Amino acid sequence: MPEPVLRIERLSKHFGGLAAVSDVSLDLHAGGVHAVIGPNGAGKTTLINLLSGDLKPSGGSVLFEGWEIAGLAPDRIARRGIARSYQKTNFFPGFTVFENCRLAAQARLDSAMHFFRPAYAYGDINAAAERALALAGLESRAGAVALTLSHGEQRQLEIAMTLATSPKVLLLDEPLAGMGAEESARMVALIGRLAAEHAVILVEHDMDAVFSVASVLTVMVNGRVLESGAPDAIRRSKAVQEAYLGAAEDAA
Amino acid sequence: MSDSVIFFLIQVLNGVQYGLLLFLVASGLTLIFGIMGIINLAHGSFYMLGAYLAFYFAAHTGSLWLAVLIAVPLAVLLGLVLEGVLFRFLYKRDHLYQVLLTYGLILAFEETRSILFGDDVHGVAVPGFLDFSVRLTGTLSYPAYRLFMSAVCLAVAGGLYLFIQRTRAGMAIRAGSVNREMVQSLGIDIGLVYRLVFALGVALAAFAGMIAAPVASVFPGMGNQILIISFVVVVIGGIGSIKGAFWGALLVGLADTFGQVLAPQIAGMTVYLLMAAVLLWRPSGLFGRAA
Amino acid sequence: MSRSRLVLGLVLLLAIAALAAFPAMADRFYLQLVSKIMIMAIFAMSLNLLVGCTGLVSLGHAVFFGLGAYTLMVMSPPDEAASLWLSLPAALAVAGLAALLIGFLVLRSSGVYFIMVTLAFTQMFFYYVTGSKALGGSDGAYIYVKPDAMVLGVTPFSLADRVQFYYVVLLLMAATYLLLRIVLRSPFGHAIQGIRVNERRMRSLGFPTFRYKLASFVIAGTLAGLAGYFDAAQFGFVSPDLFGWRQSGIALMMVILGGMGTLYGPILGAFALVLLQEFLMDQTKHWLLPMGLFIMLAVLALPDGLGGLPGQLRTARRRLAVRRA
Repeated sequence: MPEPVLRIERLSKHFGGLAAVSDVSLDLHAGGVHAVIGPNGAGKTTLINLLSGDLKPSGGSVLFEGWEIAGLAPDRIARRGIARSYQKTNFFPGFTVFENCRLAAQARLDSAMHFFRPAYAYGDINAAAERALALAGLESRAGAVALTLSHGEQRQLEIAMTLATSPKVLLLDEPLAGMGAEESARMVALIGRLAAEHAVILVEHDMDAVFSVASVLTVMVNGRVLESGAPDAIRRSKAVQEAYLGAAEDAA
Repeated sequence: MSDSVIFFLIQVLNGVQYGLLLFLVASGLTLIFGIMGIINLAHGSFYMLGAYLAFYFAAHTGSLWLAVLIAVPLAVLLGLVLEGVLFRFLYKRDHLYQVLLTYGLILAFEETRSILFGDDVHGVAVPGFLDFSVRLTGTLSYPAYRLFMSAVCLAVAGGLYLFIQRTRAGMAIRAGSVNREMVQSLGIDIGLVYRLVFALGVALAAFAGMIAAPVASVFPGMGNQILIISFVVVVIGGIGSIKGAFWGALLVGLADTFGQVLAPQIAGMTVYLLMAAVLLWRPSGLFGRAA
Repeated sequence: MSRSRLVLGLVLLLAIAALAAFPAMADRFYLQLVSKIMIMAIFAMSLNLLVGCTGLVSLGHAVFFGLGAYTLMVMSPPDEAASLWLSLPAALAVAGLAALLIGFLVLRSSGVYFIMVTLAFTQMFFYYVTGSKALGGSDGAYIYVKPDAMVLGVTPFSLADRVQFYYVVLLLMAATYLLLRIVLRSPFGHAIQGIRVNERRMRSLGFPTFRYKLASFVIAGTLAGLAGYFDAAQFGFVSPDLFGWRQSGIALMMVILGGMGTLYGPILGAFALVLLQEFLMDQTKHWLLPMGLFIMLAVLALPDGLGGLPGQLRTARRRLAVRRA
């Protein structure tokens, strides 16, 4: 078994007396989707925030390719090659779809001091943006202003922006949120394609999507890891069924 | 007691008195900003308004107390009119527009004052029965009116605290600053809360101007002067925090007073140095929530 | 889309042509007035880089304006001319360096706190200069001879000549506009606009946003220093008021009135504000009252400033068309 791309060890986050994330350990390997599931309030988004640097951990460590990244600022983590998408679409509404992606791709520039050549003259950046748009299936909408996109397209743009930074690790926070059946299917296919070249952590509520694309599942309840393993094992596990899947089936 | 200790004590008393006065103005500013989200550059104009109204009515009725009694409601009335005509359009707008709109208001206020009252400096007499010096120690005497001012400001501060913390209206105000929508869904008219807060802020500023008049005199530009300093207080204390406004005001009052006497060359700068220092240490003020 | 750009380009060209032809028909007073307006336009454009483009509302921009002006004063001997080629770079360097140092300190704060800490600095400089006898104190100081443009024995132009001064300033204003256009189209320019719209997302994409904001602050400060230098050169007089919050406020007003969504907006704002002031001052001694009322009206009626007026009219026309249909 090759070394994990991301090794999370005993990660925790406390807010005053509340333990949002407790003692979470997880290994992420390249070439597969590692899904993190659990009921609302299980701490999944907090976990993503801890990994992306949006929140500072209270304890534990996160090793990315051997380097400790826990507690680093979000931009430093992103530059190392870990990109995240947001549950609530978080883009630049007034810019076009292409401009959104190009801006994201610009983050890879060596320095901030590029004042004189116009942005469209930077071939590498344009290429990275186009690649990301193609992967996300948005090339036809490249010239549209982001604000005018449909909800599903906006979620696609959210992913495209993450891809444009050419990351090694993708942290996807509920990419299917608010999507209809057809759009979800497209997005699931996309995530499956992404797994080939990236290491992906996927937080999702849509169980069909999760089981169709994930190679490893981690179930979180109340901020802790309940169980972790292959999809079939998780599906059969009584503990998981009680804690989560059962409740979801009742509700469905 | 040695001369320097007396000197020190007098400056402390002066600093505290100035600080408490600043608190009245700054608390209104921090309430309006913290709860309504409005940066009101014209807040100093209400202070000036209070002072000029006090001067006018005191001159006509011969009594500062009567003047205060008449002028405070007048000021509040004007404040409510302004809120209805102008400020309510600012709630949703960018801070930038609020700054600009209230800047225009300052200009209009100042000129109107100039037209109505002229540009001379006026004095207001200290009320007769307070016009004496209190003997604090063998050699230390201090003007009674100043002590009275400090006492009144402290009383108002206490009253404000009780109002915000212990009454239902106060609770609505506190809730409104945290979550506007929730307050509305609870059936409380947020517009009413805002009007109340605005009226309160105006009243505090105007009242401050009135009681300060015998000590600070009444002159053009007094509004701008106190406005900037009040902003400094609000920022040092943390926006939206009455507690912050209180401690910030005392800090500023003492810093300014001691700055004037110890280092007159940089007298004007002391307050700003203090603010820059506080913000560099705590970018959101002493008690402020992070922006 | 491109039709309106064509129109815009044409209008700008016409404006430049009009400004270039102006000295031929203007008298001395108006020549000086328009020179002053163009200097303020440079000041306003520099602030727009911060406010309109990067989203940093600074009430302390006058610091750099004042530094540019006072550097010229300090370098001007009492009865000779300072060399333009020495004093101007010096003024720009002083303003730029100050912007680097101050920016490094103040950019840690955000939102209203940022506004206030920039205000603190502008007031600090005001009080420091007021208290400084060496710099002339509250009375200010004079620059008796305008800077000399002589280089290698040749004097290409004379700033003492009103018309030549006018053209130098016109050139500088156009150059500032072009420079800002280039910068805004560059990756840097796109990044700062991204920061204005959504700084959090920029950071999570990997941008070290502090660096970008600081660079923006320094560029803006240096350009403000340029404006201040020529302001001092024009009037031959500097005073602490150049540093205070009123001067900062005037620049901010020009930017907001002119509209922050465009590069030419601040230029419009500068013209509008100064011309309005001149007009009102002629009418009444209490001109600040109508000025204040005008500002309030403009804020209420023109949410995008004067520069946004075409856009507002377009939207209004569209709405009317929909209603009629």
